[in-house]
Amino acid sequence: MTTETDSAAPPLEPRVDTGTHFMLGDHAVAEAALAADLDFFGGYPITPSTEIAERLAHRLPRVGGKFVQMEDELGSMASIIGASLAGGRAMTATSGPGFSLMMENIGLAAMMEVPVVVVDVMRASPSTGLPTMLGQADVLQARWGSHGDYGIIAYSPASPQECFSLTIMAFNAADRYRVPVFLMMDEAVAHMTERVVIPPASEIVRVERKGPDKPPGEERFLPFKPGEDLVPPMAHAGEGYKVHFTGLTHDERGYPALNVPTHESLVRRLVDKIRLNADKIKMYNEYLVNDAEVMVVSFGSTSRSAFSAVHEARARGIKAGHLRLITIWPFPESRIRRIIKMGNVKKFIVPEINLGQMRREVERVTSLPVIGINSAGGRMITPDEILEVIAK
Amino acid sequence: MMMSAMPDTTVTKTKTTQVRISGFGGQGIVLAGMLLGKAASLYDGKEAVFTQAYGPEARGGASNADVIVSDTPIGYPLLTRPDVVVAMFQEAYARFRPGLREGGTLIIESDLVHPAEDDTAFHGIAASKIAEELGRRIVANVVVLGYLVGLTDVVSRKSVERAIETTVKPGTIDLNFEAFAAGYDRARQELRP
Repeated sequence: MTTETDSAAPPLEPRVDTGTHFMLGDHAVAEAALAADLDFFGGYPITPSTEIAERLAHRLPRVGGKFVQMEDELGSMASIIGASLAGGRAMTATSGPGFSLMMENIGLAAMMEVPVVVVDVMRASPSTGLPTMLGQADVLQARWGSHGDYGIIAYSPASPQECFSLTIMAFNAADRYRVPVFLMMDEAVAHMTERVVIPPASEIVRVERKGPDKPPGEERFLPFKPGEDLVPPMAHAGEGYKVHFTGLTHDERGYPALNVPTHESLVRRLVDKIRLNADKIKMYNEYLVNDAEVMVVSFGSTSRSAFSAVHEARARGIKAGHLRLITIWPFPESRIRRIIKMGNVKKFIVPEINLGQMRREVERVTSLPVIGINSAGGRMITPDEILEVIAK
Repeated sequence: MMMSAMPDTTVTKTKTTQVRISGFGGQGIVLAGMLLGKAASLYDGKEAVFTQAYGPEARGGASNADVIVSDTPIGYPLLTRPDVVVAMFQEAYARFRPGLREGGTLIIESDLVHPAEDDTAFHGIAASKIAEELGRRIVANVVVLGYLVGLTDVVSRKSVERAIETTVKPGTIDLNFEAFAAGYDRARQELRP
């Protein structure tokens, strides 16, 4: 039966806002999520991520999706897990204080292998810190924030254009590997307006979740039996398969199996499905690396200062290079090892708006000197500060 | 996998202009900055980055809109030494006048800013009064933008007009065109030898 409300419903707007825009970083994330077929957003607005929720609250219902402002960040995270288990593409966006509250359910998503995208726009921390002022100190939290061992993927955009492209990739990576994927933005990128090119809908790549290879009913489907890539196929609620999801250690049927061998193989697989696929996942950008003697390693908005500093150092005849991490997790350590093997690099410099979180990762893979340039937050590190250390 | 969101550029001297538009919340500072950046980035074929700072108040707090326009990709997105400073009220003048590059362009809202006695190198425009005469005080920001563009040519007039067309509410396009023209023409008259 067609009701009056049905016939009176306004036509849906197009999802993809194709064209060249002068766009805020936060808005580029929202538009990318729409282009990536976002079905559900559950969130609790917090600066400096608020513009993501604001734009999606307006746009998502108009393209046929659902936007729910949840009671808090625990609920936000739980809601997107539910939406994803029902087959939808689901996302939330927050900042450090909310990211902390999400940690419990992030672990649940990792354990149940639920694809979700979580945006964390980093502000100066800890705790409520400096709202709407820059920070980059949640990067280790993204990797290790929930208890236990598990693998995740985290991207770090350096421009509004990259906010767009990496959000699309985040959805694809979440579905491909059945993991929580983080877009670790910082306030400077979130609140920066630049040119953003949004391609036609036909050019937006969508990677589908791997599903069961048999129809429901005939033979028992094992929802946690992985393929060769260590990723199990996913059946959604309502598709007719018997599925059971729990945060307890579970067997291939998804039922609790509280014994050591099951636990050992499950947790090792959760880690290995990212670790062993790291070469396919990791992304970085290099600038004048080949003959570089001083290598600046950076991520997020700090990369822009690093780029300017390296550019200026070269103008002064100093052999500086720049390795920009696009995935901070998995950390592209094999690439750094290869750069070291080339034999030119004498020291690394890691500028970051925290007191040395990613510097530890670089130190982990080299015995060369690694010099940190650090700020506790609230401001960008300037090109001059980096240049000074390069020139030393 | 490699990506090149920040393309390699050869080391050359490039032309970069840093513009700061400052005023109080409600004066349309952010829109003025947005229009300037959009004109440069989308219609003049240049690189532009726009950032802003504002107080927690919806109206009345100090706010500034910062735009960098460059021929080449922009790394560090914040202003280091503005080439152009616009002050739309006294506090903004006091705060940002000292940061202006030597020989840079200072623009003030002449009814709202009283410059220091020894500060004579400025361009003044009674933007709010001109906007009122056009019918709405709210377009004072676009009057000032027109004046800024007329004085500096940091972007082309045509590109700002396209930015206005694609940004403001359709019903206010003509009013904004008039506001822009009023400021722009005033600047051109002043520059005429």
